Amino acid sequence: MMTFSPLHSLAFAASLLLMTAVHADPLQDIGKLIKQGQHAQALDQVDKYLSNRPKDAQGRFVRGVILTEMNKTGEAVAVFQKLTEDYPELPEPYNNLAVIHAQQKQYEKAKQSLEMAIRTHPSYATAHENLGDIYARMASQSYDKALQIDSSNSSAQTKLSIIRDLISVAARPVPRTDPSTPAKPVIAEPKPVAQVVEPKPLEPKVAEPVAPPKPVSSSSEVTKAVENWAASWSKKEVNSYLAHYAKDFQTPGGVSRATWEKERKQRIAKPGELRVDVENLHITTESSDKATATFRQHYRSAAFKTSSNKVLNLVKRDGKWLIKQERVGK
Amino acid sequence: MKILSIACLLFASVAFAQPRYSDSGPEPLLARVVEHIEQNQWDKALQQLDALIKAYPNFRLAHLIKGDLLLARARPLKSFGEGGSGLATQDKVADLREEVIARLKAYKNKPATNAIPRYLLQMRSDQKHAVVVDTQKSRLYLYRNDNGTPRFVADYYIAHGKLGTDKLREGDKKTPVGVYHVTASLPRQKLTDFYGSGAFPISYPNEWDKRMGKNGHGIWLHGTPSDTFSRPPKASDGCVVLANQDLDDLSKSLQIGLTPVIISSSIEWLSLDDWQAERASLLKMIDEWRRDWESLDTDRYARHYSKKFQSAEQNLTEWVEHKRKVNAGKSWIKVETRNVSMFRNPGKDEVVVITFEQDYQSSNLSNIMKKRQYWIKEEGRWKIASETAA
Repeated sequence: MMTFSPLHSLAFAASLLLMTAVHADPLQDIGKLIKQGQHAQALDQVDKYLSNRPKDAQGRFVRGVILTEMNKTGEAVAVFQKLTEDYPELPEPYNNLAVIHAQQKQYEKAKQSLEMAIRTHPSYATAHENLGDIYARMASQSYDKALQIDSSNSSAQTKLSIIRDLISVAARPVPRTDPSTPAKPVIAEPKPVAQVVEPKPLEPKVAEPVAPPKPVSSSSEVTKAVENWAASWSKKEVNSYLAHYAKDFQTPGGVSRATWEKERKQRIAKPGELRVDVENLHITTESSDKATATFRQHYRSAAFKTSSNKVLNLVKRDGKWLIKQERVGK
Repeated sequence: MKILSIACLLFASVAFAQPRYSDSGPEPLLARVVEHIEQNQWDKALQQLDALIKAYPNFRLAHLIKGDLLLARARPLKSFGEGGSGLATQDKVADLREEVIARLKAYKNKPATNAIPRYLLQMRSDQKHAVVVDTQKSRLYLYRNDNGTPRFVADYYIAHGKLGTDKLREGDKKTPVGVYHVTASLPRQKLTDFYGSGAFPISYPNEWDKRMGKNGHGIWLHGTPSDTFSRPPKASDGCVVLANQDLDDLSKSLQIGLTPVIISSSIEWLSLDDWQAERASLLKMIDEWRRDWESLDTDRYARHYSKKFQSAEQNLTEWVEHKRKVNAGKSWIKVETRNVSMFRNPGKDEVVVITFEQDYQSSNLSNIMKKRQYWIKEEGRWKIASETAA
């Protein structure tokens, strides 16, 4: 099982917001539509956008993302394929091609695409993570054959990270867009790809952190909190794990906090390896100090293995996001 | 560093003798895969594995190693088959681990070409082949009768009883140890898929087994179900199980009612010289027994029989008395032994099984019969403990 980068949606959101800061961009509105799940409208808009500038890499890329979301796999493949031909130095189209191949269980093809993405940008973290996942899935297929088991149900639920935006290219050579400390808006400005391809050395002031737009900050902080929560659980760091829960955490069944903590400690302290992975993390921020994290939780211990949908209601207290409620979701 | 440490641990102990490619099984490729893993040449290992899987699509072991190789790129592995080892599958992974060890050990430690399993003392001239099984090594060795000298032909991976060897009772899930022969051939059409490409029942329990109070039946050499290339080393209810293609290969050499199948938990090997010496002394002993019988001197004749001797109805005393009476009524006896086969029984007790055609003529009676004797070592001398019509 892999941990998946939940950053894709963040990077996406971040880029949109940062772009707004500079100038209104039709792609920003399209991004909103995608986020709201209005894919058909988004597709209309992007087609309109592209009718004036048919070569625009950013627009074509967004179109590919929309088609992917709409499960128009063949068309999406064609878009990304053409992008890899026109801009072979961009890793994102390769990555997204790989994601689609993987969805179709064409792991060998997916692997090749990711290797191309990495060849263009050796430090491209998402492609590395996705490649790791491809290997894990290929391994899983082999194990199925070796042991006559069927793990297709669990592996079908994992999803590789699709890249939503070419922003990461614009931001290079900064290793990775970190939405919590975004660089100055100027770098997020969509540029003609020709310029993007030869990354300019960034001026020092560019790297200076500025106060990020609020929602981005919150959701990235929440992401961090959820990841840390899962990590401390995996590492059996009980105290650190429990510290992720708010004082007024609603214990399951309404038992006392002490009882609940005792039970958690016993559970987690059990011998053997433990691994908790978070996948498909979605954060909704209701206000600056309230957020909901929805994700698929993969739990694996020496004796037990399960995957379930989790919903965490988090609150921000003294600058820290804490879990107020934890439940198994739909 | 991601290392398939278990693979290294497992195989570091297996000596790298210069391999001889005597069979067409998966071992040569499998050995190369492991060598590549040991040298951290993962891509090459994966290429060899793909070739192996292409040749043996249902070879679960190859799929497991491939799983490890792939998963190792996603995360570090600590043990063999780790990614596939859940609660429900850990036994299967352990089985495959045993299989890979068994296959590679047998492949890398093949017997020397001039070594002969001690048991094959003498084959009949019409016994074209002999089969010797080593359960500890999970290996079956096929020998050809080259004018009386056994010559190595091929060896194959086999599975045997879940609970090991030395079968004693019906249903004990053990494989018998002893000297048997193939008694029948059951074609695939008459069997369920479980037995794969066919089956060859063997003669368990033999006379000696019965005398030792052993029971049970239905010990076969047979093939493998279609959904797998091979089974783990200890998987059967007592049968000896081969891969289908190996069984097909082997079946060409099996003669019904004739081909010896000797099952040992651990084969003892002799050099050609030692084998010749042991064989000559036993043949001499048979000849002494024959001539002493012809001498009509009952005491001389009786010295070849063990205190534990048991014929169908008589113990030694009764039997000697009977012979004395018979001999008294004769003026001459002439005994010839033809088509003598002689096999040593595997195990700690020294037992030799001798089967021959006996042409008996005397002043008042003649007959020809097939006879089987079990000779045992008693006070340093070979003595007959059992003598029956075969």
